[in-house]
Amino acid sequence: MMKLHNITLTVNGRRYDLAVEPNELLLNVIRDRLHLTGTKYGCGIAECGACSIIANGKLMLACMILAVTASGWDITTSEGLAKDGNLNPVQQAFIDKGAIQCGFCTPGMVVAGTTLLMENNSPTEDEIREYMRGNYCRCTGYTSIVEAIESAAIHMNETK
Amino acid sequence: MSTRLLDREFEYVAPNSLADALDLLSAYEGGVKVMAGGTDLLVKLKTGADIPFSILLDTKDITELSFISKCEEGIEIGALTKLCNIDRNTMLSDYHALVEAIPLMASPAVRNMGTIGGNIVNASPAADTACPLMVYDAVLRLSSASGDREVPISKFFTGVSKTVIKDDEMLVSIVLPRVKPDSGSCFIKKTRVKPDISKISVTAYIERDGSAVKACRIAMGAVAPTPIELLGVGDKAFDRVATKELFLELAELAASIIKPIDDIRSTAEYRREISKVLVAQALETAWQRAGGTL
Ligand SMILES: Cc1cc2nc3c(=O)[nH]c(=O)nc-3n(C[C@H](O)[C@H](O)[C@H](O)COP(=O)(O)OP(=O)(O)OC[C@H]3O[C@@H](n4cnc5c(N)ncnc54)[C@H](O)[C@@H]3O)c2cc1C
Ligand code: FES
Ligand code: FES
Repeated sequence: MMKLHNITLTVNGRRYDLAVEPNELLLNVIRDRLHLTGTKYGCGIAECGACSIIANGKLMLACMILAVTASGWDITTSEGLAKDGNLNPVQQAFIDKGAIQCGFCTPGMVVAGTTLLMENNSPTEDEIREYMRGNYCRCTGYTSIVEAIESAAIHMNETK
Repeated sequence: MSTRLLDREFEYVAPNSLADALDLLSAYEGGVKVMAGGTDLLVKLKTGADIPFSILLDTKDITELSFISKCEEGIEIGALTKLCNIDRNTMLSDYHALVEAIPLMASPAVRNMGTIGGNIVNASPAADTACPLMVYDAVLRLSSASGDREVPISKFFTGVSKTVIKDDEMLVSIVLPRVKPDSGSCFIKKTRVKPDISKISVTAYIERDGSAVKACRIAMGAVAPTPIELLGVGDKAFDRVATKELFLELAELAASIIKPIDDIRSTAEYRREISKVLVAQALETAWQRAGGTL
């Protein structure tokens, strides 16, 4: 048995105090212990983006982070994007543009789309494709996803 | 072997200063593994790589090694600087090849986690920051509890995943000599899909004297067990008037001396053929960035 480490995570605004083993991955803690299953296990090796989270304001991959490393971090998962029951503009645009088929990639996509628009409020199509290159989708062919992010950007700029 | 779990047991330490980290490394010589962003290390551990260690030293709290600042020689980059903080830093904008290599690496999320020091110490033949650092004659600052030393990056790599770094040492920073006037550099890589490890990469650096080449260096990734500088190739251009033909001649020479292999990402034949095109392209762009015309 490895030594347990006490960690504190703030996830979607809620504070969690946990004891974790050094080899526990943040992804598994989020899914299995916090029961936030929006963050998906896809490849497990930082290639597919299904486990995308926002950590201290930055896009990161929960499958490639130890839970102990994340102690003290402020994390947002796909479940934390909506505020007061209202979907964020990226989530809403994914629905409006039909940018979802099986839905497995969608939580990671909306998380990455959200950090993209945090960093660049009017990205070009090329910039969107470039930024989203670490998020794989087996269904949509990406066009509708790019359109959804473009339309979310327009919506956000109109309502600012 | 499932990548869902990390099927290894170890103790975990997260010192908050370089001095404490170096003390730990010397106290448990050999048994400690340093982790920076973990984007190479955790992939290796999850996929079953045989890396012996009993203590993982997480560098996340060693904030003093995350910096980009001016120094006597030029610019110093802390080893724990995240990749995402390098290409946007205006102090580095004249180091074209380095700044150009970063956005071609991995994906934004991986670049938010991975560090430049990790890319170097990991010592992949395809490490994308290595060749730009080579053509700039970068120097690596290493420290251990018993002292510091400097190693030119051209002397750092000894084989696939092998370097001169000792078990009790850490990479502290990378020193880039000041950019010379009328110089330019260029980084090009070929991959299967965009966020991929290089099948091959080419970095070219040129210093210009009017219409002639004053200095020229070429480095390549994924064509040998380590990133390599093609010594002697760039020298052939010394004092010659820059032309497309000259750059093609250097590219042919480069292609004839590299010894690429067949592996999962590409074949030796493809690497040799494409290098004839890429080396010439990289030289042309570097020349133009040095203010030259063709
Ligand atoms: C999906 C994916 C795509 C990728 N694409 C690319 C790519 O296109 N190009 C490319 O070059 N790389 C790529 N990589 C590899 C990796 O992201 C980079 O090499 C990254 O810079 C590694 O940095 P890190 O901080 O994560 O290193 P870590 O994984 O933390 O460490 C790597 C190695 O360096 C050692 N180490 C780290 N820092 C220090 C230090 N300061 N002192 C001593 N030892 C140290 C560690 O012990 C370990 O052996 C990719 C990785 C993934 C997962
Ligand atoms: S599961 Fe993390 S990137 Fe694929
Ligand atoms: S909708 Fe099925 S993977 Fe993207």
